[in-house]
Amino acid sequence: MPTRLEPAPVMVERMVSSDPASSPSTSLESAPVIFDIRGLNVYYRDFHAVADTDLDIHQNEITALIGPSGCGKSTVLRCFNRMNDLIDGARVEGRVLYHGIDLYGPAVDAVEVRRRIGMVFQKPNPFPKSIYDNIVFGPKVAGWKGNLDDLVEESLRRAALWDEVKDKLESSALDLSGGQQQRLCIARAIATSPDVVLMDEPCSALDPIATYRIETLMRELKERYTIVVVTHNMQQAARVSDRTAFFSVDVGTQGQRTGRLVEYDSTDQVFTAPSLKETEDYITGRFG
Amino acid sequence: MTARTMGSRVTQEMLRRALEGRRVNIVNPLVALTLLISLLASLAILVVLLWDVVAKSMPVWQERGWSVITNDLSPRPAETGMIQGIFGSVMLTVIVVVLSFPLGVAAAIYLEEYARDTRITRLLVANIRNLAGVPSIVYGLLGLSVFVKLILEGVLGQISGRTLIAGGLTLSMLVLSIMVITTQEALRAVPLAIREASFGVGATPWQTIRHHVLPVASPAIFTGSVLTLARAFGESAPLLLAGAVLSTFFAAPEGTPITDLVLGEKYTALPIIIYNWSRQPQQEYIALTAAAIVALLVILLVVNTGTILARDALERRNRM
Repeated sequence: MPTRLEPAPVMVERMVSSDPASSPSTSLESAPVIFDIRGLNVYYRDFHAVADTDLDIHQNEITALIGPSGCGKSTVLRCFNRMNDLIDGARVEGRVLYHGIDLYGPAVDAVEVRRRIGMVFQKPNPFPKSIYDNIVFGPKVAGWKGNLDDLVEESLRRAALWDEVKDKLESSALDLSGGQQQRLCIARAIATSPDVVLMDEPCSALDPIATYRIETLMRELKERYTIVVVTHNMQQAARVSDRTAFFSVDVGTQGQRTGRLVEYDSTDQVFTAPSLKETEDYITGRFG
Repeated sequence: MTARTMGSRVTQEMLRRALEGRRVNIVNPLVALTLLISLLASLAILVVLLWDVVAKSMPVWQERGWSVITNDLSPRPAETGMIQGIFGSVMLTVIVVVLSFPLGVAAAIYLEEYARDTRITRLLVANIRNLAGVPSIVYGLLGLSVFVKLILEGVLGQISGRTLIAGGLTLSMLVLSIMVITTQEALRAVPLAIREASFGVGATPWQTIRHHVLPVASPAIFTGSVLTLARAFGESAPLLLAGAVLSTFFAAPEGTPITDLVLGEKYTALPIIIYNWSRQPQQEYIALTAAAIVALLVILLVVNTGTILARDALERRNRM
């Protein structure tokens, strides 16, 4: 990352505004907004994990959530498909509008949400079953009626895994390498034909070559899907994403740590001309 | 230059001494020895017990052969046998499996997978753990007053409620809490990542449990349950209260159907026969008691070995 991480020229009028812009002024063509998040606050029991976050996610783009450990970026990601429901004591306030519908509305079924908004996790977590069964489980529980063999092939091809596993679909998914397992998890996530794919540090457990393959795959996938990716790796955010949201963490008087969105803009803007000093310090490696 | 070389030589010498350690380390071998002795001591006790009962029962096996197993109880020691006890114990175990396995597993699934972690849930779990520690004789009293007296003789109007079903219900209550705890532990050991993966592709809680959590937990649930059942198989105290026949002789009419044997007739169990024979004054009963103990141990050994084999088969399937 040579030139992009050079300290940015100071832009006075942007430095003045302390309020992070939720709708970035960008050079990007404005793709339709599919997630519109307003006033998001997340609590785990008494612990205030994320404060007052506003965020727009645009269709067929890759949005990266970056920031230091404990800044709540994974927590925010898990609000997009109500994965926080699984955690006892988690409470979400504010609105998470998906195509204008509040995902936390009283009538919304979290299971239906997750069928449309798939997820890939930090550590590859294939089911301890065959490669084939890993792919077909999601479509089966959703009542999918088509040809399962075709679906398996198509999903694995899209995840760039088909050629490596086409002769051993019945063997255990646990026998694959870490990178292959993660691509299998991506194949599993897209087998249900989701609208959005959430990725929570998908490459953090992988070596550089496997990481490169996943990043290439992400760029291909965004033609069909909207991708939101949490990453610790700033180069990765710079390489793959269209927009970047930078989160940071405020430490309170009693040591309580609350995450908040600092800056959200096109990736080019965030990495070349961040509007806030805090962002610049983070992306140039001065803290975090 | 010289100082540097000197310095590094000293450092290397110090490093070597540190790495090679003290010549004599007394603590480690001592700990290993102590642990080994404990292991051998517990094994020795077991071997002595086994040797004792096998040796004492030898004359019976030699004189009587299989008839010790296959004969009904009889007032004459030379003709008596333990088949009624074996039948009673097996039927009791079947009743316990049918009642406490589904109930215990279901309760554990609820507690682990559905119940929110509230103060009430925690109170409930703590109480289940306490129940597992209640002496079995107390369950016997419960069985006598609730199943024998209140339900069978009171509500259903049986002449005698001292039947297999009463004993089976009592033992089911006894092992239910242990069944819940074992299953809870097995479910807790299933990684969260598997649940997340399943929810992540849009599965419902039940689909997640049915297709992913239970298959992964099943070897542990299975093993725990069989060990629990083995305990029920060997229990005698609650059955003494819940109506098992404590006598050298009893008989159901010839050709009584099995349903009546379970629901309406007197019964006994192998541990009860052991207890009863051991109290008899005649010399012959010493060998008979030993023979009954051998029979009980052999049954438990066969069941436990079968369990281990079945669990390994389950785990191999799970690898898929």
